[in-house]
Amino acid sequence: MAYEITLLTTMSISVLFALSLNFITGFCGQISLGHAAFMGVGAYTAAIMMKASVSLLVAIPVAAVFAGALGLLVGFASLRVRHDFLAITTMGVVFLFVGVVRQQEFLGGEVGISGIQRSELGRTGFLLLCISLAALFAGFSLLVKRSWLGFVFDSIADNEDVSRVIGIDVAKYKLFAFVVGTAAAGVAGALYAQHFRYVGPDSFGFVESISVLAMVVVGGIGSVWGVMFAAAVLSVLPLLIQFVDDYKILVYSALLFSMMRFAPDGLAGIVNRSMNRIKGRSS
Amino acid sequence: MLYLELLFQGIVQGSIYALIALGLTLVYGLLRILHVAHAALFTLGGYVGVIVTNATGSFTLAMVVAMITVGLIGVLTYKLAYEPLLDKPPFIALIASIALFIAAEEVFRIVFGPYGLSYAQPPLQGGFEIINGFFLKYAEALVICISVVMLLLLGWFSAYTRLGVSWRATVTDPDMARAFGVNIQNVRYLNFFVGSALAAVAGVLVALLNNLVEPTMGSVASYKALAIIVLGGLGSIRGTLIASMALGVIESFGTIYIGHLLDRDALAFGFLIIVLMVRPQGLLGSK
Repeated sequence: MAYEITLLTTMSISVLFALSLNFITGFCGQISLGHAAFMGVGAYTAAIMMKASVSLLVAIPVAAVFAGALGLLVGFASLRVRHDFLAITTMGVVFLFVGVVRQQEFLGGEVGISGIQRSELGRTGFLLLCISLAALFAGFSLLVKRSWLGFVFDSIADNEDVSRVIGIDVAKYKLFAFVVGTAAAGVAGALYAQHFRYVGPDSFGFVESISVLAMVVVGGIGSVWGVMFAAAVLSVLPLLIQFVDDYKILVYSALLFSMMRFAPDGLAGIVNRSMNRIKGRSS
Repeated sequence: MLYLELLFQGIVQGSIYALIALGLTLVYGLLRILHVAHAALFTLGGYVGVIVTNATGSFTLAMVVAMITVGLIGVLTYKLAYEPLLDKPPFIALIASIALFIAAEEVFRIVFGPYGLSYAQPPLQGGFEIINGFFLKYAEALVICISVVMLLLLGWFSAYTRLGVSWRATVTDPDMARAFGVNIQNVRYLNFFVGSALAAVAGVLVALLNNLVEPTMGSVASYKALAIIVLGGLGSIRGTLIASMALGVIESFGTIYIGHLLDRDALAFGFLIIVLMVRPQGLLGSK
């Protein structure tokens, strides 16, 4: 049972993390190659607090605030640079984050922070907390997607200049997307710190940023259900394909490549297409 | 004396960066794709260089073989991976490219082993004195010379040959170039061939400097080269050259003087972010 709980906890943290990127990249169209940095900020904030015997339930909102504050800063950068330039700037953020953390004594340097105490919730309670937070954010995403806000985001993602012309305050909504997305990533980070009871500079690097982007793209960029499914599967896929052992990463990357090559609109796209085909046949 | 040594280290590193980043800039200028897998071709160049040198004993032959094979594989990469993705949103090609890069690193590890290969008898290990007490290794001098020659050749090619002119025309305006009878497809093949061959040269040279090629040799190049071409103003060849040299020198001085605050990569990206905030289009980019 303990194994299943660990697996499910990992899955729900990944779902929350992937949905938080989906909010920025999928909804608002702002690509980020450095999303793990925000998870890292949340994880480190929570780790330090929990080491000082602060409750997890207090640490989570504080982690969200810290990550969101950095997100606001990067959001301002997104007003200045666009498209590929923004992608590389956000990639720079994650390298800066890792570089700074490595050199700080009070953040544990290369070694990181270990020995974080378990929360008072117990394993099952913590799992339920993770699931409900992920579900909460998923619900919020679905709500936003269907509201007028969703249309505003769509329009910005589609064409920023046109949106500006029709009177949308592009800067305001972009900053909003960044703050919400990064704060949610901070929450995922706090959960991560509690789950693994260890944080280190290598847990929140460029590779992790790419993995989470892969979850969003494989799920179908912007599709809440698709992203949730992809995050759940991809987060435990390395464990599921243990049998290929030495070729694990090769299989993973080959799958990712084939997905981009043959179904670039992700799982959501595949499902939509087959649904349409079934509908077309019946009518 | 320390300054001079750091400066030369920076220039050697900058030359390597330039050779790698040029191919990337060429691809971006033509297709608007951030070609991360380019770094895998760089590693492959290193492997081919070491293997051919050890088998035949000729470093020159190894360089030529590396350029041709890697160039052809570069063309193949375009044909199989990028061509079908050209009309998709740009991040699709970017993620496909990252996946390709990770897969290639794994293939290198599985085929050539995790510990890397070395030259049996590394050539050009001696050095010469520039001014009293300051030595430059032959290998380092070779890196600078080859980079200069390659870049001059590239400059001559794009300015004075028919093929080079049609190449520049395609970069500026593909539709117009096509209307004037340029075969776009051939230009793209040529682009990938030349860019990949330059990466192979860099790979052979880095393998010589470290006397080692390992599967992960390209990981630094993969993201650092992206930073360089963005810094230079995406697609600008002159900007890329300046950015490569600037980054090489800044890294070599920075690791000595503020290395206790930021590591090498953070230094490079910190510089990148500062430049982009001041000039969002990069050093020499146009709006």
